[in-house]
Formats: sequence, structure tokens, C-alpha cells
Amino acid sequence: MEHLDPSLVDWSRAQFALTALYHWIFVPLTLGLTFIVAIMESIYVKTGDEWWKNTTKFWMGLLAINFAIGLATGIIMEFEFGTNWSNYSWIVGDIFGAPLAIEGLMAFFMESTFFAIMFFGWEKVSKRAHLLSTWLVAVGSNLSALWILVANGWMQHPVGMHFNPDTARNEMTDFWAILFNPNAYSKFLHTISGGYVLAALFVIAISSWYLLKKRNIQFARRSIMVAASFGLIVSLFNVTTGDDSARQVAQHQPVKLAAMEGLYDGKPGAEIVAFGILNPNKKINDTQDPFLFKLAIPYGLSVLSYHKLDAYVPGLKQLVYGDKEKQIMSAQGKMDRGTKAVTALTNYKKAKASKDKLAQAAALKAFDADSAYLGYGYLKAPEEVIPPVATTFYAFHTMVIFGSWFILLFMIILYLTMTNELHTKRWALWAGVLSLPMGYAAQEAGWITAEVGRQPWAIQDMLPVGMATSNISSGSVMITFWMFAVLFTALLIAEVSIMTTQIKIGPKEAKHV
Amino acid sequence: MLKIIYHFYRDGFRNMKLGKRLWVFIAVKLFILFVVVKYFFFPNILEEKFNNDEQRSDYVLQQLTQGKK
Repeated sequence: MEHLDPSLVDWSRAQFALTALYHWIFVPLTLGLTFIVAIMESIYVKTGDEWWKNTTKFWMGLLAINFAIGLATGIIMEFEFGTNWSNYSWIVGDIFGAPLAIEGLMAFFMESTFFAIMFFGWEKVSKRAHLLSTWLVAVGSNLSALWILVANGWMQHPVGMHFNPDTARNEMTDFWAILFNPNAYSKFLHTISGGYVLAALFVIAISSWYLLKKRNIQFARRSIMVAASFGLIVSLFNVTTGDDSARQVAQHQPVKLAAMEGLYDGKPGAEIVAFGILNPNKKINDTQDPFLFKLAIPYGLSVLSYHKLDAYVPGLKQLVYGDKEKQIMSAQGKMDRGTKAVTALTNYKKAKASKDKLAQAAALKAFDADSAYLGYGYLKAPEEVIPPVATTFYAFHTMVIFGSWFILLFMIILYLTMTNELHTKRWALWAGVLSLPMGYAAQEAGWITAEVGRQPWAIQDMLPVGMATSNISSGSVMITFWMFAVLFTALLIAEVSIMTTQIKIGPKEAKHV
Repeated sequence: MLKIIYHFYRDGFRNMKLGKRLWVFIAVKLFILFVVVKYFFFPNILEEKFNNDEQRSDYVLQQLTQGKK
């Protein structure tokens, strides 16, 4: 076996995390703001009120800034696949090729045609044609996200494929199974609705700032009315998609669910922790309480996971060490079967080289019997299946607590706007402004939950991260990590700087994008 | 038709204000990403190391059958 520097895996992980987290600063705002802009333009077309046209143009200008700064930040992840994750990209290439190619074509055609009409076509095409383009940009950018999330959903729950031991690739056997993978579409809906919530917070925060400064009052009130209505609807939808997403995790990634809840001992009628402080000294084998403090809702986790009050939810102990009564296979049992799969693959390779057809068929049969556990054959200890519990737990709870606050905020802001009191309630306006960074934090926390929670897997149960990594110098990964940190920070400073300049200018000046 | 499309884009770009700055920004960023970052720092390991897919398959298969990392 080639020696792989353990720090290489960590640096590769860190670099990918950095890239993905920075990329995700820009994407969700685009996903949601396109819809808010489309709603505002629809009001303009319906009422013929030029004022709504100027309002639409202002928010469209901020959308353009966010889009321009964020453009192509995701492409870096593709570079990293080829360099840092060459084994992984080879193994998944056949699966990811189709969705990512569709995404690339869709993004290109959408951006070069409808985006152009949206920004250049105000006086060139009819009102309705322009509105149609704006809606198509909104729908198209969200469909573009669909293909990325189909790929991500597949990594969390691989379906519709077969591992070919001759090519060492997962080959697609059922495109529709991959597209309609329940994990993929629940993730897609939860992710885009999260983006809509962020966009609503963005509009509310900037409009609240105008009201605090006592300028652009009418613009701010009307923008807040649209954003708070939109935000309330999409945040409630976000709760339902989150519920579906949690059930998918319970079924296909139970270890992640246990880590999200800090659940070490499984039980029927399991409670859900609304707020908690984990015991940092807790080990899986000891009898210490996992929490220093917690506020829990009885039966909440059983209901969330299986929609039943008394449903049994396995904890980390059962998932690692197994539970015969509950028919839960131990991680060691899975490792044994994974080792058999690796051995069978080795035998297949040898038999193929020696052109021994009989031995080849026997090895293939043995491999197929245990291939579902292939990834476990690369683990050294059963405890390796546990992701970082504290990171997963706190990220998940940050997302949920902030998400719950946003629902309340949208209700308060909407009520105060409808009663015409908002401009007099400075506390509510400050809450609107300060909730924007919380929106970004919730977005990032969601992805941290999804990705840290699925460790150690690059592909669930099939390929651990250590096996996915290219054997390159950790020093080069370290250099590019810091290079990206500087580059992305510069992009973020540019975005904030250009954006704040435009916000200070205000809607009246933003007539041309 | 092509003339209309050409004029549409030409006039659109000409009338841009903030957009011009953003396009400069995009051009510089794409140059850094695709020319500097991709070319100097992110080679495709399997593409560079091997000549064909068979060799790439063999290499990855070798990695997968050598066991624990």
C-alpha cells in the first residue's frame, strides 16, 4: 500500500470545506433573490406602476453584484476533484457526468439568453417577454442547483448504479432512480427553500436599514411587505422539507442522525434536544451523561425520524457495536464483510490477469455478495464510523434555532408592516438587520451538518474519504488552501464593498445595471 | 435576426454602468481561476499520469485493492 500522509486527508478535507463554504455564501442569495425580483416585476406588469419597475431594478442590481462575484467560485471544486480527489472522481465519474453536464449546458444557455434579456431588455422587449425572462432566470437557476444536489444526494445515498470491477467505476444503471433519489429531492427542496429564506432576510435587512436611516421609506416598506410575505411562506415550506430531509437521514444515514442529536443510547420514544451543551469528555464506551445541559422535547426525535411517537431511534452505541434484538449489524460486522469484498476484488483482479475465467466468476460472485459493504473494508476500527459529534450537533442546532427565529421574525415584521407600525419599532428594524448574518450562518450550518455528519464517507458506505484522496504532497494542498483563503476573502470584501456602495446610493440611482 | 441579436447585446453592454465594473471583475477572476489556479496548481492527476482509461482503471483498482490507508 502506498503510504498516505494523514495530514494530506485533513488538508484536502479542509480545502474542500473552505471552497464549498465560501461558494455557498453567494449561491443561496442568487437562488432566492431571483424569485423576489420576479415577484416584484410581476406586480409592476400587473399594476403598470413605474415605481415597482425601479424597485425591481434596484434589487436586480444587487442580484447582479452577487451573481458576478459568486460566478465560477464553484468551478474550483471541480479542479479539486481532479487533483486532490482523483480516486473519487474516477469512481463516480460515470454517475456525475450526466447531471453535471446538464447543469453546465443549462447554466450556459440560461445565463447567455434570459439573463441578458433580464438585464439588457427593459426597453427592447415587451413587458411580458421581459417578465417571462425574469421568471425563467429564477426557475433556471434553481434547476441548475437541482443537478448539483442530485449529485450530492447520490453521495449520501448511492442508488441506480453498479460498481464495475473491470473499470473501477460506478456505472449508471438507472438515471431516473438517481434523479428521483428521495435523498436528492428532499435535499434539493430544503436547500433552495433555505436560499429563499436568506433572500427574504437580505431584502428585509437592507430595507430595515433604510427605515432606521429614515430614507427611501416607501421603497423600504413595499420591499419589506414582499420579502416578509415571501419569507414566511418559504420558511414554513422549509420546515416541511427539513422534516422530510430528517426522515431520509434516519433511514439511510442513522449514524449522522445520532450525531446530530448527540444520541448515544437508542430508545423508543426518543426525545429531541431543542437546546443543549454537550459533555466534551463523553466517550462512546463510558457511562457519562452526553450532555452538561439540555432542553428536550419528549418523543420529538421519534416523531421527526419515523412519524411515530414510540418509534425506536438507534444511538451511536447500537450503530457502532450492533444490537441483535433490534437487528442492527455492528460496524465490525460490516467491516468483516467489507474486507471480504476487498479480498474478492483483489482475487478478481488476479484471476483476470491470469485469464482464469472460473476463478474470475467465483471472485465476482463473492464481490457482489458483499459489495454493499465495500467501504467498511477500508476502516481500521469500528469507531471510525462516528462523525465529529460536537460539530454535527452544534451545526444542526444552530440551523434549527436560527430557522425557527426566522419564522417568528417574518411574522412580526409582516404584522408590523400591515399595521403600519414597523418604522416606529426600532427594535424590530434592528432585528431585521441583525438577522441577515444569522441567515448566512444558518446556511453554512446546514451544509456543515450534511457534510461533517456523513464522515468518514465520501460515498456513503462505499468509499471513505481516506480512499478517495489522491496521493499528492500535503504541502501543495496546504499552499493552495491558503491561496484560496486569500482569494475568497478578497472576493467577499469586493462583494461587501460594491454591495454597500450600491445600497448607500439607494434605489433612485439604480436605473441601469 | 442575427443582426437584431448582435445589436441587442452591443447596446446592452454599451449602456451598462455598474455592469462594466462587474464584467472587468468577472474577466480578472476567470483569468486567475482558469489560467493561474488551474494551470499551475490543479493538474488532473489521472489525466497527466496515464495515457488511457485502461491505465487509469488499473491504477484506481490497485488503490482499492491495496487495503486500508
